[in-house]
Amino acid sequence: MSRYYSKDHEWLEIDGNVGTIGITDYAQHQLGDITYVELPEVGTEIKQFSIFCTIESVKAASDVYAPVSGEIIEVNSKLENEPEIINKSPEEEGWIAKVKVSDPSELNNLMDKASYENYIKELD
Amino acid sequence: MENLKSTPLEAEHIKLKAKMAPFGGWNMPIQYESIIEEHMQCRKSAALFDTCHMGEFYFKGDLANTNIEMAFSFKIGTINVGKCRYGLILNEKGGIVDDCIVYRLSADELMMVVNAGTKDNDFNVIKSVLKGNFIFEDRSETTSKLDVQGPLSRELLRKYFPGIIDELKYFSFTKTSLMNQEVILSRTGYTGELGFEIYMPSTICVDVWNDLLKDERIKPAGLGARDLLRLEMGYPLYGSDLDEDTTPLEADLSYFVHLDKDFVGKEALLKQKETELEKIRVGFVCDSRRAPRHGYKIFADGMDIGYVTSGGFSPSLGKGIGMGYVKPQYSSENTILELSQDRVIIKAVVEKIPFYKDGSLRK
Repeated sequence: MSRYYSKDHEWLEIDGNVGTIGITDYAQHQLGDITYVELPEVGTEIKQFSIFCTIESVKAASDVYAPVSGEIIEVNSKLENEPEIINKSPEEEGWIAKVKVSDPSELNNLMDKASYENYIKELD
Repeated sequence: MENLKSTPLEAEHIKLKAKMAPFGGWNMPIQYESIIEEHMQCRKSAALFDTCHMGEFYFKGDLANTNIEMAFSFKIGTINVGKCRYGLILNEKGGIVDDCIVYRLSADELMMVVNAGTKDNDFNVIKSVLKGNFIFEDRSETTSKLDVQGPLSRELLRKYFPGIIDELKYFSFTKTSLMNQEVILSRTGYTGELGFEIYMPSTICVDVWNDLLKDERIKPAGLGARDLLRLEMGYPLYGSDLDEDTTPLEADLSYFVHLDKDFVGKEALLKQKETELEKIRVGFVCDSRRAPRHGYKIFADGMDIGYVTSGGFSPSLGKGIGMGYVKPQYSSENTILELSQDRVIIKAVVEKIPFYKDGSLRK
């Protein structure tokens, strides 16, 4: 398994042809208390770097962008009633959706952990 | 880049790692760690707010001969010494210039507390109606204000104000001393909880702040929590829910307008009373955790009937709540609304405010 990161602060964990998507710890920290997640529907086709769900915090509603293209095969329905899981465990328990990856070459458009950490250091 | 003002507590906020943001021309703490935790802290225990950005005016003069009544929608002369009253400053069109609280310090002395962003304009508007002999000063620079709000606030403040704190009734105040300085302690606030506001010389503000925080039952809370607390109570926020193009009749604040006295804007309000209102402020509760935001449109029966002025997630209700202006025929309780912007559609129903009914406000 390997983990990738986008410039929009999503993470993607690849296991075979299935990718698990969430937002990074940096992103949840920027958003603050998360109060609502508009989950995508299973079966939806998503496109890399297009909006695939919306997360609301106390302060504002923010779009989440798909780090990779594919079909949504599962969503984390726990987030419907406990969206704060993303604040507590953004990169594990707070995963958002699983996707059947349609084009593995898109992974080249993402960063590895070290590059992402350098990237957020520059943002601060 | 906006030239932001700082309260005496800015360095303390930064030490506490607060997220700072501009508000009303000031660099203010929005949150320290978590808006929701700070909100719950105020509902369950006690929260400390930096409200030094707000404006304080001092007036001295014969109330009957200085035309002061003309500046306010509510009666000034009938406020008893030691009491304070909430109300509005209006323009000639009846539009709301600001909402404020007037404190009757003595027979011929008043303190007026106004919003930060409107302070300078308020000062000019009030001054423009005054006549005869009076003193009218903006004392905001030298006055600091801290709000202690929450069910434990009285208990926490008892050691500073023994005796006095237990006698103070809702919307009353007293002059007393703190750290050898004269201060005003009032039983007021904007959170829906039992609470007190302390007006003090700016020189002692940092010491008072830090001393209060030594008690672990109280924690600092930022403007984010403050906004949700007032929203749960249905209290309007100037600049979001109230503005110069909105009258008190439209804002459902008629209670704070005394039509049996004269004031700027009264003629316009009397005229408006004879016609049907075009819009009226209502509160609504959403059917999910999703929160409407300022600027969302309001639809009913498929028609565009208004707009959202405040909205957020209510930690106490576990749902989105908000307020806004709708055509009067859609203002009755249980009216079904749709709140919408871009691809977001939220179902909501009109509900009576306050949304939060279990506060310790009058306990």
